[in-house]
Amino acid sequence: MSSNTAKTASGAPRRGHGDHGADKVFRYVATGAGVLILAVLAAVAVFLLIEASPVFTGDHAKVQETIESFTGDKAHSFWQYVAPLIFGTVLVSALALIVAFFIAIGIALFISQYAPKKLATALNYVIDLLAAIPSVIYGLWGGLVLVPHIYGFWNWVNKYLGWIPIFGSDPATGAISNPPRTIATVSLVLAVMILPIITSMSRDVFVRAPRLQQEAALALGATKWEMIKLAVLPFGRSGVVSASMLGLGRALGETMAVLMILSPGRTFSWHLLLAAQHQTIAANIAAQFAESNNMGVSVLIASGLVLFVITFVVNFIARKLTDKEVQ
Amino acid sequence: MADATATAGTPSDSEKKVIPTPLTPKPADNAPKADKPKDKGPTPNFDKLAPKRSYLNRRKRKDIAMHVLIVAAFIVALIPLISVLWTVIANGVGRLDGYFLTHNMRGIVGGNPANGTTNEYGGIYHAMMGTLEITLGALIISVPIGIFTSIYLVEYSSKGKLYHAISFFVDIMSGVPSIVAGLFAFSLFTVILGKGTYNGFVGAVALSVLMIPTVVRSSEEMLKIVPNDLREASYALGVTKSRTITKVVLRTALSGIVSGVLLAIARVIGETAPLLIAAGTISSTNFNLFSGRMMSLPVYIYNEYQQGTATCTVNAVNCVPGIRMERAWAASLVLIILVLVLNLIGRLVAKIFAVDDSQK
Repeated sequence: MSSNTAKTASGAPRRGHGDHGADKVFRYVATGAGVLILAVLAAVAVFLLIEASPVFTGDHAKVQETIESFTGDKAHSFWQYVAPLIFGTVLVSALALIVAFFIAIGIALFISQYAPKKLATALNYVIDLLAAIPSVIYGLWGGLVLVPHIYGFWNWVNKYLGWIPIFGSDPATGAISNPPRTIATVSLVLAVMILPIITSMSRDVFVRAPRLQQEAALALGATKWEMIKLAVLPFGRSGVVSASMLGLGRALGETMAVLMILSPGRTFSWHLLLAAQHQTIAANIAAQFAESNNMGVSVLIASGLVLFVITFVVNFIARKLTDKEVQ
Repeated sequence: MADATATAGTPSDSEKKVIPTPLTPKPADNAPKADKPKDKGPTPNFDKLAPKRSYLNRRKRKDIAMHVLIVAAFIVALIPLISVLWTVIANGVGRLDGYFLTHNMRGIVGGNPANGTTNEYGGIYHAMMGTLEITLGALIISVPIGIFTSIYLVEYSSKGKLYHAISFFVDIMSGVPSIVAGLFAFSLFTVILGKGTYNGFVGAVALSVLMIPTVVRSSEEMLKIVPNDLREASYALGVTKSRTITKVVLRTALSGIVSGVLLAIARVIGETAPLLIAAGTISSTNFNLFSGRMMSLPVYIYNEYQQGTATCTVNAVNCVPGIRMERAWAASLVLIILVLVLNLIGRLVAKIFAVDDSQK
């Protein structure tokens, strides 16, 4: 102890030799763990590339044969194969985002502005609960409960909004699909799944909106909604946008709910109420993976790589927006 | 307010400039006003400015409409939550019993009970064991990496390039789709160990890719709120940095970190897609994490659902066509209870921590 104090008195804090070594080791381990995370993310990209490479560098005839067997002779090259999947993925995620966005903003405003404090904490738990339910259970619920019950609603939509092409019925049969294992039903389930992310992030931003500006708006005679429009929403804009992008990222990668509800197809159709028109990348991988040969697995992994790139870009933009807001 | 006075001040300035120009008709109007400032100042016509009743009503109506919409949004979000919980409980409780929890699916074909029995329709023992082992594996991989990374971020980094890179890529990693994580683990083990490697450990690796960012983020938050005074007090006593971190910082943040880890487990325990790819499906119990396919609860649910209604032969006794869905619902109930209990414990631990914090 006395030697220790003598050393520290000389200026820089010096300690016993053993401790110094342990200190260094601890530091290296901590830094190493951080670097490992970067390595893991790089490894994700590298190993996917290695496994997907036969699709681009390997035997072209074999690739074509595999893809033709996957699609029943409809697609012949990898990009032909993956293009409708990208379309389906983006379409269903965008629809889910449109549905979830306004509801999530509404709930976030309700929690942050309208609800009394006790109710607000209870509501936060409810939102967390919504986030905690595993996607496979949403899939099961969607497939066995929602699909039979929502046909009436889609029929109503088709009856009154059928003049809008996206809600139109099948020209061949003059009706919408029943059971509605359609992209519209799937997007509703996905909307429920991404709702908690958008809600909780928007709520955090709205809570931080400057109190004085809100009070000033109210003091000038603004109604509650006008106050929200003037003092809360403009403040939260970038946060809300970045939350939506994160929600979009989650929807893009969602597998089970799509796999268990959607009846897959390979078209670029805009008909939301028709089954067997669309498929997403993630659900396609999960559906085909077990029955694929070597080349089939490579094709699927290559499509997974495409999904990885899409979600990477979406998340990248979301994080850049958040960073900007923080600065 | 500053803007309002500025704009109110400008007319008088412009009036002075306007007066000499004969072309404008304004001087005539301004003439009476020009006199007034000397005694009273301008008297604006307040009646003219007062909002009309229809306008006020419109604002009020809009306010009420938005209020209703916002409350409605909340109720709309409650519908699926209640519906999911209700259907899972109502449909799952029928099959959920001691037998279901302690038997696997060996020898169960179609809608028939196991050979020589009348009411043994298989269970989820193998899936529960698989989920337990795979999740534990993921836990063992991701908790040290996650906590050490958060220690680096909070305690060691000088907020330089590496800090920003790690912080940024942890965020990116949390957005990796679960199926891509599964493909990654599959590719990794295919490259290292050759084709056809399906085992629980591959699944654990896939899950840890999804778990690490959650652990890093939550422990980082917890380490950040450890008061700096504690660190300085420890340094002042001559304690080394590593000891300070392990004995003071981590100990203070412990319950918060535990809570974060529990929430991370709750998040990955329901992951299906990566395990479907990495660990496969099997009907018997496999205790070995490192060899052979391994069932897990979420994959079990999907597997039962995906097989659809069982076909019963005409003379079959005790054959239940909808048995697979019943099993799927019961397994869902188990999974939901598991997830909710983990969430609850996580929150309770966090709450206890909050009490400690206020006592200081």
